[in-house]
Amino acid sequence: MEYDVVVVGAGPAGCMTAKTCAERGLSVLLLEKDAEIGAPKRCAEGISMRGFERAGLEYNRRYIAQEIDGAVLWSPSGKSVVMQSEESRGYVLERKVFEKYLARDAIMAGAKVMMKASAVGLLKRDGEVGGVVVESMGEQEEVKAKIVIGADGVESKIGRMAGIKTLNVLKDYISGFQYEMAGVSNLDMRKIHLWFGNNIAPKGYLWVFPKGDEISNVGIGIPGTENEKKRAREYLDEFISEHPEFFANASPIEVNSGGVPVSGYIKESFVSDGLMLVGDAAQMVNPIHGGGMSTNLYAAQICGRVAAEAIGEGDTSKERLMQYEREWRETDGKRMEKLLKLRYFLENLSDEDFEYFADVLSGEDINNMQKGKTKFLLKMLVKKPKLLLYAKRFLSG
Amino acid sequence: MAAVCDRERCIHCGGCVGVCPKDAITLRETRIEVDSKRCINCGLCAKFCPVGAMRIEDGV
Repeated sequence: MEYDVVVVGAGPAGCMTAKTCAERGLSVLLLEKDAEIGAPKRCAEGISMRGFERAGLEYNRRYIAQEIDGAVLWSPSGKSVVMQSEESRGYVLERKVFEKYLARDAIMAGAKVMMKASAVGLLKRDGEVGGVVVESMGEQEEVKAKIVIGADGVESKIGRMAGIKTLNVLKDYISGFQYEMAGVSNLDMRKIHLWFGNNIAPKGYLWVFPKGDEISNVGIGIPGTENEKKRAREYLDEFISEHPEFFANASPIEVNSGGVPVSGYIKESFVSDGLMLVGDAAQMVNPIHGGGMSTNLYAAQICGRVAAEAIGEGDTSKERLMQYEREWRETDGKRMEKLLKLRYFLENLSDEDFEYFADVLSGEDINNMQKGKTKFLLKMLVKKPKLLLYAKRFLSG
Repeated sequence: MAAVCDRERCIHCGGCVGVCPKDAITLRETRIEVDSKRCINCGLCAKFCPVGAMRIEDGV
């Protein structure tokens, strides 16, 4: 078998890359190692309206579970700050359906999909990556390709096979655990809810993402470095039992876990001769909230376009494919850098600091912080010398 | 010695794969595979595991 492009992994990044390549006339094979696209999910299923629209997606009742008009941030003692603006609008998706539709879009554009198919090795051609060895249903075969695209998630093997350092370090790798629960009550179900506090979710946060009809994703993410003595799962179970006002009548209907890379993106190059990484495989995740879909889908569009242009010109060298990396670094990559710094700042906050923030910050302030506009922080923190110290380091660093 | 995955606890999320410095762990569809020849018992997978399914065990 021979294709222009082989995409490994049919998650959001892989499907969008495959679709973009196919739309530009390339022959595309998309490989999925599991028996189902979209499951098991390792995700709270939220995406901002901006991210959704930027990916050229259309509203569809079959995979939009709940429309979201804002976020509620909760301090350790239960004070809340409501964020409600154009930027805080979004959707909670049903990813099992959503990803199948992304794959469908790729298929409609001309891509072929192979299920229960793992890439177990890379083929070389004139020193460049020239395809993959595919193992599917007990059989192996070689698939030649001009470009191999690794969209194989946080556990990416494609990157490692090509010698790209995709290793995650514990401090920048979130240990995530989540229940999808039915019967969650007494929370505004048009908003996502985030809790902060060093006994609730040290250096991370805990969330409720509503999916409609009293169903919600209830999860937690803490850095791997915080997970050793007490597991993400234990923190979540404790929170649920300590908050009967929300969970007294709730029970899980699904259990999820996973690793979330929050370093912003792979700092060393994530392309090489005949090979590109996209999505979680390139660690493209928002360092603040750990969400990846918006930025993954955006990167996938660039990745697919550059792959098509490179193949059109007959040049699939690293140098040519670097255009993708440069475009990413100059856009979302820059934003990720800022947000990574903000995450390190937030990780140093004590519970007392969170209470202070809940008292003095408005939803709009927090929105600005998320966009990387942080100068106003200084003004606000003058009264808190300890926080000011952090803020100075953050703003100058 | 090598890392061992407790299949009763594991929900095969693959999180441990991304933190293994020796590329000794592979996520199959519904199980985690540890290559005991590659494993150096560093314990990073055990530290990371959100559900406490990975551990370093003697005599494996």
